[in-house]
Amino acid sequence: MDLLSFGKTGWGDELFYATLMTIAVAVTAMLIGFLFSLIFTPLKLSNNKFLNFIGNTYTTVIRGVPELLVIYLFFFGGSGAIMYVASIFGYFEYIEINAFITGSVAIGIISGAYSTEVFRGAIQSIDKGQFEAAKVLGVSKYVQFYKIILPQMLRLAIPNLSNVWQITLKDTSLISVTGLVEIMRQSYIAAGSTRDPLFFYCFAAVLYLMLTFLSMKLINRLEIKYSRGF
Amino acid sequence: MDFDLMITSLPKLLSAAVITVKLLSASLIIGLFIGFLFAVLRLNKNPFINKFAYGYSYLFRGTPLLVQIFIIYYGLGQIEWLRSTFLWVILKEPYWCAIIAFALNTGAYTSEILRSAFQTIKPGIIEAGKSLGISSKIILYKIQIPVAIRQSLPAYGNEIILMMKGTSLASTVTLMDITGVAKHIVSTTYKPLEVFLLAGGIYLFMTFIIHNLIKYLEKKYSFQ
Repeated sequence: MDLLSFGKTGWGDELFYATLMTIAVAVTAMLIGFLFSLIFTPLKLSNNKFLNFIGNTYTTVIRGVPELLVIYLFFFGGSGAIMYVASIFGYFEYIEINAFITGSVAIGIISGAYSTEVFRGAIQSIDKGQFEAAKVLGVSKYVQFYKIILPQMLRLAIPNLSNVWQITLKDTSLISVTGLVEIMRQSYIAAGSTRDPLFFYCFAAVLYLMLTFLSMKLINRLEIKYSRGF
Repeated sequence: MDFDLMITSLPKLLSAAVITVKLLSASLIIGLFIGFLFAVLRLNKNPFINKFAYGYSYLFRGTPLLVQIFIIYYGLGQIEWLRSTFLWVILKEPYWCAIIAFALNTGAYTSEILRSAFQTIKPGIIEAGKSLGISSKIILYKIQIPVAIRQSLPAYGNEIILMMKGTSLASTVTLMDITGVAKHIVSTTYKPLEVFLLAGGIYLFMTFIIHNLIKYLEKKYSFQ
């Protein structure tokens, strides 16, 4: 237990901050994912063939390629791409992007592909009559979406979104390859300096289990809240 | 875009794809056995056995695959007595460590897929078998298992694709699979975009093949 004490001798405080970092990355990635699904869900549901193709390409490609490869591409290719864009505007200095931002964006894009699929499924499973009834009553498109479709959609989407959250949370462990100090990276450092990998990796597993367990409890509450009246 | 580099690295990546496929198929086969075993244990009425199987699947589904590989590859070597047993022959090889981790991981997911398939079999089918005087053993082998396999095909197809993507983590324990080789080429040429996109293309092609294979099987074994 000495290994986990707080302060200079133990790894307790380091692992605590690493856990906060994991949560921060996961939440940021999930929000970025929502932004992406806000763009791509309408594309996937659109009647326009071209827009439809863009939406489908996004979800198919991202869900068909390993997460680690996407992270590598962003981490090694990201600064190069930005420097290329900057060079067009006449800026030739070396640009390094923060590991937190690259990691969150990479995981966010992956998470976004999964949540796009969830939202698409949820909207498609809402009864067509609901859309028609809103039209007949002369409700504006805006009110139709926010007051009629969205509440019903959320109820259907929350159980599946909780799966997406779990995937996102576990994917954050892959960012450790970029050197960002989250749970996995911190355990790697601690395991290296104490020569006790078994203990630290098992402890990392316990931390992840704790995070998944606590978030499940929270999401269950949300689920109850949004399924009132059903 | 450096197309020459893409052309020269394609054969290297394709030969690395053999390792990816080997890792994938070995872990899927072992994982299927584990999955079957734990699905049966989950359906057992004894609460102790039941809870044990649930704990296994909870543990492996609630933690990242990367942690599991690291515990097996870096962690287990630390246990002194393990080093003196025959298990050490297996556990000192990163190749086998990766397969063990992948198999245990996919086994947990497979057990959940099979369990829900067994539980959603319509009771009428089993009752029909019973009323025809078929023994419960034959009901299990000739009715329950085939129906459960058919029902779990779509979900299992997704699991195969997830596992294929998971094999990329083998590169973190020094194995030269597609991702490992791609990273190696990038570290010598500093051309990340070309090489990683090419590697992504190979993975995408494999996803496409698996997806269509499962679709074909679903059609072939549909109930109609």
